[in-house]
Amino acid sequence: MDAVGLEARAAGLGTRSIKTSAKAYAIDLAISMIDLTTLEGADTPGKVRALGAKAVHPDPTDRTTPRTAAVCVYPDMVATAKQAVAGTDVKVASVATAFPAGRAALAVKLADVRDAVAAGADEIDMVIDRGAFLAGDYLKVYEEIVAVKEVSAQARLKVIFETGELSTYDNIRRASWIGMLAGADFIKTSTGKVGVNATPANTLLMLEAVRDFRAQTGVQVGVKPAGGIRSTKDAIKFLVLVNETAGADWLDNHWFRFGASSLLNDLLMQRQKLATGRYSGPDYVTVD
Amino acid sequence: MKTENVSPASPFAYAPAPESRSVVDIAPSYGLFIDGEFTEAADGKVFKSLSPSTEEVLSEVAQAGEADVDRAVKAARKAFEKWSALPGAERAKYLFRIARIIQERSRELAVLETLDNGKPIKETRDADLPLVAAHFFYYAGWADKLDHAGYGANPRPLGVAGQVIPWNFPLLMLAWKIAPALATGNTVVLKPAETTPLSALFFADICRQAGLPKGVVNILPGYGDAGAALTAHPDVNKVAFTGSTAVGKQIARTVAGTDKKLTLELGGKGANIVFDDAPIDQAVEGIVTGIFFNQGQVCCAGSRLLVQESIQDELLDSLKRRLSTLRLGDPLDKNTDIGAINSAEQLARITALAETGEAEGAERWSAPCELPASGYWFAPTLFTNVTQAHTVARDEIFGPVLSVLTFRTPEEAVAKANNTQYGLSAGIWTEKGSRILAVANRLRAGVVWANTFNKFDPTSPFGGYKESGFGREGGRHGLEAYLDV
Repeated sequence: MDAVGLEARAAGLGTRSIKTSAKAYAIDLAISMIDLTTLEGADTPGKVRALGAKAVHPDPTDRTTPRTAAVCVYPDMVATAKQAVAGTDVKVASVATAFPAGRAALAVKLADVRDAVAAGADEIDMVIDRGAFLAGDYLKVYEEIVAVKEVSAQARLKVIFETGELSTYDNIRRASWIGMLAGADFIKTSTGKVGVNATPANTLLMLEAVRDFRAQTGVQVGVKPAGGIRSTKDAIKFLVLVNETAGADWLDNHWFRFGASSLLNDLLMQRQKLATGRYSGPDYVTVD
Repeated sequence: MKTENVSPASPFAYAPAPESRSVVDIAPSYGLFIDGEFTEAADGKVFKSLSPSTEEVLSEVAQAGEADVDRAVKAARKAFEKWSALPGAERAKYLFRIARIIQERSRELAVLETLDNGKPIKETRDADLPLVAAHFFYYAGWADKLDHAGYGANPRPLGVAGQVIPWNFPLLMLAWKIAPALATGNTVVLKPAETTPLSALFFADICRQAGLPKGVVNILPGYGDAGAALTAHPDVNKVAFTGSTAVGKQIARTVAGTDKKLTLELGGKGANIVFDDAPIDQAVEGIVTGIFFNQGQVCCAGSRLLVQESIQDELLDSLKRRLSTLRLGDPLDKNTDIGAINSAEQLARITALAETGEAEGAERWSAPCELPASGYWFAPTLFTNVTQAHTVARDEIFGPVLSVLTFRTPEEAVAKANNTQYGLSAGIWTEKGSRILAVANRLRAGVVWANTFNKFDPTSPFGGYKESGFGREGGRHGLEAYLDV
């Protein structure tokens, strides 16, 4: 990977001007791709129920607003989240494997995953062992993903690299291939818990990786940038990356997600602006 | 590697996002700019400037002839005395002022340049105009520091500079010519190309806005005859030309036997060398920038791709897939990647050379894109199975056409890259730093880019080897062409 060239390409695609009908399309698509997330020590059943309600009806004033793709919670909140979105197509994703640090024995991590799956999680967001990766023990990283994939059963598996800790683009590319070869359904940038999370450049490189992986193996893998994407403008830039790198096949929430929380309200405000021609304000979207 | 080059039509169709044309006010007619005034040509001749993307007439412009050249050179001569006597710090003030006005009017100038030249607004906005302003700022900084340029104390200017510029970067080439000339105390008569005279005439207005003394800058729109008269004029002390090698040779003959100082920046057939350890996706971006920037109408374009044979298939698959995403169309649309060819004449030349390539047995591939009905357009095109013997590997096409050749070893890459009458630019793509240095040392090209292409900066000298010309523009080296040293 050439860092200068990669960042220049990401920045170049960031200058695309997305207006009117294209913007409306992109906003609705972005809403439908959100994994609406709460991952706090202070999470309570009340908080998770509010999040579920938001995912099902993002904008109570406009029922044409698409639902988000999923809500994303800790394993002990999965059952509550399932109830909150029951009867809809909103999925429940659960982080697992001793999220966010991943510093636990494999048996503990697998138990964490089994717990989430048993509670009904549709998707598992695991973290890789960055310590093993940075120590050069790629086989351990690979085998751990394979083991988690096995116990995830029917749940789709998202593999989080924590790109901020892997640090270099070469590492992120290598991690992408390890993840995809080990059976990841999604590759995901980050936990949202470190300084550097999703960036246009690291997402671009992961999109190139899934594109190349499908060209070689025929297997399509999804991509999920997470953390730090807060504005509609940013989200649209990511969608341009998807459109012009992986291509139209990834423009669907089965293959691309945003791990975000505050992004949704900004998308809703921009959606209202496009529909009405007027800017509203933070009191015209729900705070959950 | 198996790749599907044809992806399904994207539901994410970008709506038109045109830059507003109303930010620029183009007058129905323009005169020559001589001695601080706009004036008609002595013989009253005019010509039309077209927008190459629509063939719409933008304006009618006075056409300079021999008498006008003489008038302009006289004005420049008269202005030279006072201008060259000004302290460098005073000349710098004018140049800084011009640079700032260019920045303030950059949106207007970008739209104008896009209309007159046909290149995408993305390029005029993000490349041409920032570089134009940067060039004036850079040389403004030199004006009072010439004692420290390495030519001894108080180096003297030459006098009147006759400058002839091409149509591919109209305002940027003007900046490359005028900024160092003025900083060193010369006065200028500049002839823009006949297909792109408008931004130079707007620059004349900027000179007036900046309060530049009359006669220091004179602008003579016109054809080759005016350029020939200018370079042949006995009272011109310095000739600077950027353009084709054929015209450059003619100018060299014209000034032979005179004491005129000459710099020529001519054609090129730059080699972009991709080694097997190159970062493929970034190399593809560099190849695209190298040959499709400004529709390939760039003298330092990377028009020959030399790819290591072992990665040829993978690289070409990636390149074709990438070219399929290029957006060709309305140059004023902010999402356009590929604009119009500058003129019918240039389009005919590109078309003829591409036909020669096919006739000689090279394999032609063009990006699938719809060409607009009016205007001058050429789809991004690749030729594979090209050898050194093919015309498309030897002649400068000056259009969006890339010739792909292969090599087996670094020695062969260097030999093929250097096997050209030109020597302006080259590119090297490899993750290995030691290879970059070893190969760059052996390339006979004025600029060698490593893991990038078409990067410009006013601090960096630019110029050619062999039939790509002589003399350097930009940087400290660019001062020498305008000083009596």
